[in-house]
This record gives sequence, C-alpha cells and structure tokens, in this order.
Amino acid sequence: MTHAFLGVELAYWQQTTIRVLAGLVAVLLLTGGVVYLYLFKFVSFMQSRLGPMEAGPYGSLQLLAEVGKWLQKEDIHTKDSDRLVFGLAPAIVLTSTFLMFVVIPAGPNAVIADLGTGIYYVLAMSSLSVLGILMAGWASANKYALMGALRAGGQLIAYELPLVLAVLGVVISAGSLNLQDIVAAQSTGEIFGWSGIGNPYVLTQLVAFLVFMTAVQAELTQTPFDMPIAESELVAGYQVEYTGIRFLVYFISEFATAVGFAAVASTLFLGGWALPASWDISDGAMHVIGPIMISVKAVFLVGVVFWVRFSFPRFREDQLQRLAWKFLIPVALANIVLTAVFKVVF
Amino acid sequence: MTAITDRQKLQYIAARAADARVNVELETEGMTLNIGPQHPATHGTLRIVARLDGEQVVAAEPMAGYMHRGYEKLTEVRTYAQITTLINRIDWLGSFANEVPFILAAERLMGVEPPPRATWIRTIFFEMSRIANLILFLGDMGVQLGAITPVFFAFRDREFVLDQIERVTGGRFHPNFDRIGGLKDDLPKGWIEDNKRTMERVRDFCDEIEDLLMGSEIFQQRTRGIGVIPPDVAMQYGLSGPNARASGIDWDLRRDNCIGLAYPDLDWKVWTHPDGDSFARFWVRLQEVREATHMIDQLCDGLPSGPVMAKVPRIIKVPAGEAWVSTENPLGEMGYYVVSQGDLTPFRVKIRSASFNNVSITPWLLRGVYVPDIITILASLYFILGDIDR
Repeated sequence: MTHAFLGVELAYWQQTTIRVLAGLVAVLLLTGGVVYLYLFKFVSFMQSRLGPMEAGPYGSLQLLAEVGKWLQKEDIHTKDSDRLVFGLAPAIVLTSTFLMFVVIPAGPNAVIADLGTGIYYVLAMSSLSVLGILMAGWASANKYALMGALRAGGQLIAYELPLVLAVLGVVISAGSLNLQDIVAAQSTGEIFGWSGIGNPYVLTQLVAFLVFMTAVQAELTQTPFDMPIAESELVAGYQVEYTGIRFLVYFISEFATAVGFAAVASTLFLGGWALPASWDISDGAMHVIGPIMISVKAVFLVGVVFWVRFSFPRFREDQLQRLAWKFLIPVALANIVLTAVFKVVF
Repeated sequence: MTAITDRQKLQYIAARAADARVNVELETEGMTLNIGPQHPATHGTLRIVARLDGEQVVAAEPMAGYMHRGYEKLTEVRTYAQITTLINRIDWLGSFANEVPFILAAERLMGVEPPPRATWIRTIFFEMSRIANLILFLGDMGVQLGAITPVFFAFRDREFVLDQIERVTGGRFHPNFDRIGGLKDDLPKGWIEDNKRTMERVRDFCDEIEDLLMGSEIFQQRTRGIGVIPPDVAMQYGLSGPNARASGIDWDLRRDNCIGLAYPDLDWKVWTHPDGDSFARFWVRLQEVREATHMIDQLCDGLPSGPVMAKVPRIIKVPAGEAWVSTENPLGEMGYYVVSQGDLTPFRVKIRSASFNNVSITPWLLRGVYVPDIITILASLYFILGDIDR
C-alpha cells in the first residue's frame, strides 16, 4: 500500500520512518528553540538582565553547552532508591511527551498517524506522565520527592478534567474528534455567516480556550501551579534526586510537553496548520506553509505560558485544587451546555 | 545529637497519642521532615524539624547554631576598633547598622560625644543599610512564593544603594566605617545629589513591587491570614522591629528610645499594621523602605557642617563600666551589653540580635499550618542566619 507524501510515492515503512524522524527532529528543534527563546532570553529581559551571551552569537549555543554538561555528569542513585523504577520514571515521562506529537497535524499530510479519536489520544497520552512522576517520587526514597510526586499526582489529575471538558466544547462545535477534521472545521467554518477568516475557535470558544490554557499551565506544572516542584520549599520535588542525563530527560520532557500542549491548543483554537479556506491557497503551498504556521502559533502560545510563569507567585496546593474543582470545571461544563444549545439552535 | 533525637522521639510519641485520641479508626503514620540546614527556603543554615501529618505540621522546632561563629567570645580578644569589622558580619545585609549600637555603647562608656555632622551621617547610613536589607526581603518574599522576577529587580536596585555606600566607605557589604567619636571620613563631593536620585530609584522600586507582587491576587491569597501573630504573643516571644509592628504593636526604638542618632530631628512616621499576618509583615517593611528614603532625603537636606570626628585618644582604652545600647535595626531591636575593665579589649560583650528572638516564635507559629505556609511564614518573619547564630 502506498501513500502520497509530499507528492512522492513511497512504501509505507519508508513513509513512517520519514515521518517519525522528521517529527522527532521538529519537536527537538522547537523545544530547543523555545528553551533558548523563552527560558534564556525572554525571561532575562523580563528580569532586566541579558542572559547567556558567551556561547555562540548572542548566547545561541548555550543550550548545546548545557546539554553537553549534563551528559558528562555522574548518574547518582541514592542508597535506598528503587533502581529499576528510578531509572524507568524519566523514560515514561519522555515517552508520554513524544507520544502526544503522534497525532498533531502540521500540514495536509504531515502527521505521523491520523487517528479518528485524535484529541482523546493526545489527552490520554499526556496524562501518562503522572505515572512516571509518581514512580520518580516513590523510587527516589526522598521525602521531598515523595511530597512533590503526590502533589503532582493530585494536581495533574485535577486539571485533567477541565482540560477534557474544555476540549469537549471544541469537539461539539467541530463535530469530530479527529484533529485534521477540527482544523478543517475551523478553516472552512464561518462566524454568523461571515467566512473571511474561517472560524478559529479562539473567537467562538473563548471560554474553552481560557480554561484550556489555564489547565495546560497546571498540567505543565508551571508557575502559578508549580507546587509539585516548588523550588523554595520542596527544592525540586520529584526531580530532586535526579542528575545528569536523567535530569536532562525531565528537562527536555518539560519543554517538549509545553510545545506539545501549545501545538494542541493552536490546533484546537487557533486554526492549526491551515489558513482560512476562503483565502484559497493551494494544497501544494500548504505543505510548506502548514508546518511553519503551526510552529509559529505553538511558539507564541508557549510564550504566553512562560510570560505567566515568570510573572506570578504560586498557588498553594489546596488553593489550586479549589480553582480546578470549584471554578474551572463548572465554567467548562457551562460552556459545553451553551455550545450544545447553540449547535442545536443555529 | 542524642539529646535531639530523644526530644524528637518524645515529641513524636506525644503527637501520635494526640492523633490516636482524635482519630481512633484510621491509623496514620506521621513523617518527620528536616527542612534545612541546606534548604533554599532558609537562606542560610537554619534547620527546622517538622513533624508532618500529611502536609500539615504537627510540631516544628527550629534548630539554630549551624553557623555559630562565637562572636561574643571573639570580641574579648579584639580591640574596640577591630570589633566593628567583626560585628559587621552579624546581619550581613545591613552591616553598618550592626556597628552603630556597639560604637554608641563604647562612646557612652568613654563619655565621648560625636559631632552633630557625624551623628547625622551615621543616621543616613543606618537608614541606607535598612533599605539595602529590606529591599532584598521584598524581592526574596516573592521568590519564596514562587515569583522569581521580583528578586532580580531587588538585586538590581539594591546595587544603587550599595554603590552609594561604597563611594563613601569603600565597602559594599561591610563598610567598617563607624569609629568611636565619629566616622572615618566625610561624604565625598557630589554624593548628596546622587543620593537623591538613588532614593528616587528606591521609591520607584517600591511602586514596582507594589504592582508586581503585593497587588497580585495570588500573593494576597498566599499571605493574608497566614501565620497570624497576635500582639500579646508577639510581646511574649520578644519579637521586635517590623515583625512586632505588623502585629499592631506601636513600638519603634528610633522614636521611643533614640540614643545618639538624629531621628528626633526628622519628620517621619512609624508604620504599623493591625493584622499580624504574613501580608502585614510584608506591607510594614515596604512602608519602612519608603519612609527610610524620605528620612534620608531630609537628612541630606539638613546635614549640619563641621567635623565628623571628635577628639579621642589614639589608643582607645575604655574606662571600666557597663553599658547597654540598643537600636532599631532593619531586622528589629539589636543591642550590645558591653562590660569593660579598662583594658584595650572589652571584658564581655553580650549581643542581642533581633532574628534570634524572631525565629523563636516558629514552634508556636508553625503548629497546624501546611508545608507551603512554612515557607511563607519563614520568609515573612525574615531572619538573617548570621543574626540568629552570631
């Protein structure tokens, strides 16, 4: 069975290999770019300093230097740690991150697997990371790590719900769980009969977008929801005993997940890779424009996440649970009901 | 070490018994968490042994002494001029303020009266060190609560104040500028004009912190009603300084018992807050930084002319006697009880530092709070480890 991929006829295994490799490279490049852009530079300018300036022009190779440093570090286990679980935990977290990207479309054809239940696959895969975090916390044999992991467990599960409920509004509007269909629905949609810019759901599903981004902030355990790794009290939470390459894996996973969620958010709410159908751009051009579009949108949304992260203090554990259960979930539910009513009436 | 573990064991058993009385059906096991001595929240080497039930603190005990440097004993083998170098390091963020009460005590024993210009400049630097110290608190409070941006602003703007101190004294942190009978030097040319600008910057910083941190909903949620100290408890534990004033105790040594400094000549206000919670402690310190900038402006405007050094003998021998002088330092009341037997060195110096008393309230204050609130409370009590252990 052959598929057309960028207009070239290839065998299935060839295509799959190309897609996986291209996806991996794209994700790592984007992640590195996000780390440099936001963690090194954006935050430095916010805090009236320059950030890294020495490694490469304008400090652009700083990330390579950091990765090189981490790779050289000794891999330390604590005496009482459960070696096997301790070693597996970062792998599980990283796996959950990369599995998220499988269904995110970056163009008419540029998707690793076009699943019918795409968006639920993404949410299910992203919640796998809780397992890795709990394993890390337990296996580290450290009280701070354990507390961090338990906090993370409670928090990630609590914020999974508003995340799913916010997505439901979009799913009802688009009438599909498939991410390509959701992109198409936004591209060809119209707002009260006007189809000039399609129907990006950030306009018609604004409440869902805000709930989604808040929940994403919590899922990423970024400030103001960073109780699990709160550096001033739990030192580094579940990551406290990790060194060298294992810590690097957590680090990559944290930022790759940020990119992943931002890509999902831009697919669901900002129109994804597509431009409005009424602009009438050929499919051939979209093969090139698509990946750029979604990267720009995702990087922008990661920027918002980091902007919030470096501006606010953090919530206490009970306060962030209260926010999830007493505010975000009711709001998301109301949004679903309203969306359904509108869908039926109009 | 065994004494500590025995005590912990007894505490643990008592707390277990209390738990069992409350909840007979569900057997739960507590956890003892060592916060420190190496922990980012203690910004030094304070150790807090907290017995937890889930995330709630059942009992907490501060263990000081990891940084004990024996200053009281060391003063006995140093001349008076050398001691100021030493006691600079007690509260290392507001160093000059440590020198003043000791020098005042020595001056009282010798019967030396410093010239008015020296007194005024002393007061300027006393308030400068208050600003340098409390600015860092304002940023640090943010970082303890998870907002890392304010602390960079704090370090940035503190540098302007430290620059001003360095221009006069030659030292950023440890000026060692106070002498018995006056000061080492006069102010350099143009310093006062620059100082006006610096004070303007500090006031801008205060506005910035008010917008960025104090006005934040999350900050208020995290601090309001957390770690409430009623006034009577504050007095029982001997709290002083902003911690006491945040509990509504209108007591400030600068106004109520001003010795040898220029405060009575200034127009200023003592800020108090009725709530006694972490937010109040933050608020009071913010107002004190503002008030200090206005005080320094007044001091610079009305600076009397004249010498900065009184006539004192070249080799200082303090006559036999005893003197106690305490001043309102950035962290609270700091005092020195100096006993002299007429030698080159004091016979005995007792240092009363504010942080030691301020931290002693933690067992009372931390009972029943959640782990994240431990950090809020410790940050808002604001201690300097050198000031606890000396």
